[in-house]
Amino acid sequence: MTLTKRTRIILLLAPALVLLGGLFFSALGLGLLRSLRYMPSIGLSEPDLAAYIAVLSSPGFLASLGLSLWIAGASTLISVMIALGAALLLRQTFPGRQFIAFLFQLNLTIPHIVGAIGILYLFSQSGAFARLAFAGGLIGRPGDFPALVHDPFAIGIILQYVWKEVPFIGLILLANMQAIGEDHESTARSLGATRWQAFVHVLLPMLMPGLVAASALVFAFAFGAYEIPLILGASAPEALPVLAYRSYTDVDLAARPEAMAMAMIIALLGGAMVLVYARFTRPAGRGRNAR
Amino acid sequence: MRADVFRLIAGITLALWLVLPLVPLAIWSFAHGWRFPDILPRDWSLKAWAYAFSPTSGVVGSLGLTLFIAAATTVLAALVGVPAGRALGLHAFRGKAIVTLVLLAPAIVPGIAVALGLHGVFLRLGLTGTVSGVILAHLIPVIPYMTLIMASVFSSFDTTYEDQARSLGARPHQVFIHVTLPAILPGLMIGALFAFLVSWSQYLLTLSIGGGRVQTLPLTLFTFASSGRNDVTGAIAMIYILPGLLVLLLTARHLTGRNAALTPRVAP
Repeated sequence: MTLTKRTRIILLLAPALVLLGGLFFSALGLGLLRSLRYMPSIGLSEPDLAAYIAVLSSPGFLASLGLSLWIAGASTLISVMIALGAALLLRQTFPGRQFIAFLFQLNLTIPHIVGAIGILYLFSQSGAFARLAFAGGLIGRPGDFPALVHDPFAIGIILQYVWKEVPFIGLILLANMQAIGEDHESTARSLGATRWQAFVHVLLPMLMPGLVAASALVFAFAFGAYEIPLILGASAPEALPVLAYRSYTDVDLAARPEAMAMAMIIALLGGAMVLVYARFTRPAGRGRNAR
Repeated sequence: MRADVFRLIAGITLALWLVLPLVPLAIWSFAHGWRFPDILPRDWSLKAWAYAFSPTSGVVGSLGLTLFIAAATTVLAALVGVPAGRALGLHAFRGKAIVTLVLLAPAIVPGIAVALGLHGVFLRLGLTGTVSGVILAHLIPVIPYMTLIMASVFSSFDTTYEDQARSLGARPHQVFIHVTLPAILPGLMIGALFAFLVSWSQYLLTLSIGGGRVQTLPLTLFTFASSGRNDVTGAIAMIYILPGLLVLLLTARHLTGRNAALTPRVAP
């Protein structure tokens, strides 16, 4: 028996698509139905938008949404800038370059929750930096140290993401820089461009697709991660994922459709980032990445 | 010359910043009381480590459970990810862009967006609070990772070796075991190790689906961190980052050239 090529492809893809699609889309589907307050088992058979209206008109939700957008935006922007500098640095040869490249790789393997607790022990008011400030005579007691964790501007959370995402974006940029090579910049330099001009007008535009794709991943992650704001965040406003999970586990079951509505709003933003990522990366496969 | 000095200083700053958050965790794990404003602990001890490895702390059981869940997730992801990766890596077909998007989305859409609905689905199936439920939940971020790495591996795989084996009379399973598997094994190992790490670092999916009854290492770590046992927290954190370090040392040899770009593909 010989299979047609199309049947073969479908059979190869089916297990992954059925298992992953089954889990992912049934979860999103049920979340959507619940967010529309469609629960026939308890007599709710008319879907409505009440949960969305309640959520979108709640000051608490809007504050959390704003905070999470701020965390994701600031973390992504700062990480991109430092990662660009780090990738340009690691492209050069200098003593210790291999070691830093190793630390970049190592950082990628460390779970975010470990980084979050590490940042807490570094930047809290009785943490390592507060102790150094005390030793240097800058502060007289822990309370004098500026609040950098559990603070309203989410500085601790952003520091954690910057710590984790600089190596992530940096390694993607470094791989892209190696693929691009230095010929284009050399040409620009030989035509009279300064180093800065060659970077801004030649290298940066070529790096842009990879940079946008990586930024989309980082933005989605920083927007939607739960345990990092749980450890480093202030009690009010909470980051959106923390608020959504707390609403879901609330003893008041009426809060559940609202929790689901928040989950759907997070999913929507995540979906937008999937499209951005897909738009700026070429899928792996025959004939696509051939050079 | 000045540029060299600048590079060196920037490099040292970068290196320091990368290891900095791990330093207080490592010190705490050996500290016997470390009060403000002491820069270093006055006394050192192995108490936190002894406690972490004692039966009362539950850390060893938690470690075993986390290893089991990550290993099971990796094996299941490989079973479905290798064939799917082959289809994506070797063939161009109609609908490929959509399939890629469907396989990519679960890795990028935040866990919280899926976890709440999944909890509802698993509640009906009786999978909440079970290890199997947690393994299935971990497949959501792990399968995309495995599949995309395998797609990349297969995109440089030469199928003519399979044709030759077949023309010499090898049966399909013989072709797979003696020809295909040896060729994709290095890539599969890297995919498996990083799939393992993706499961290893899950927090919210374990918490929501496990409902506190499946106590993996990150959940135990959080429990000790929020109860103020900084010394035990430090010790667990050191244990928790160990597999990542091992994976890195095991794969460092392979992570050069073409494969280097695979590492951080979709796990920020």
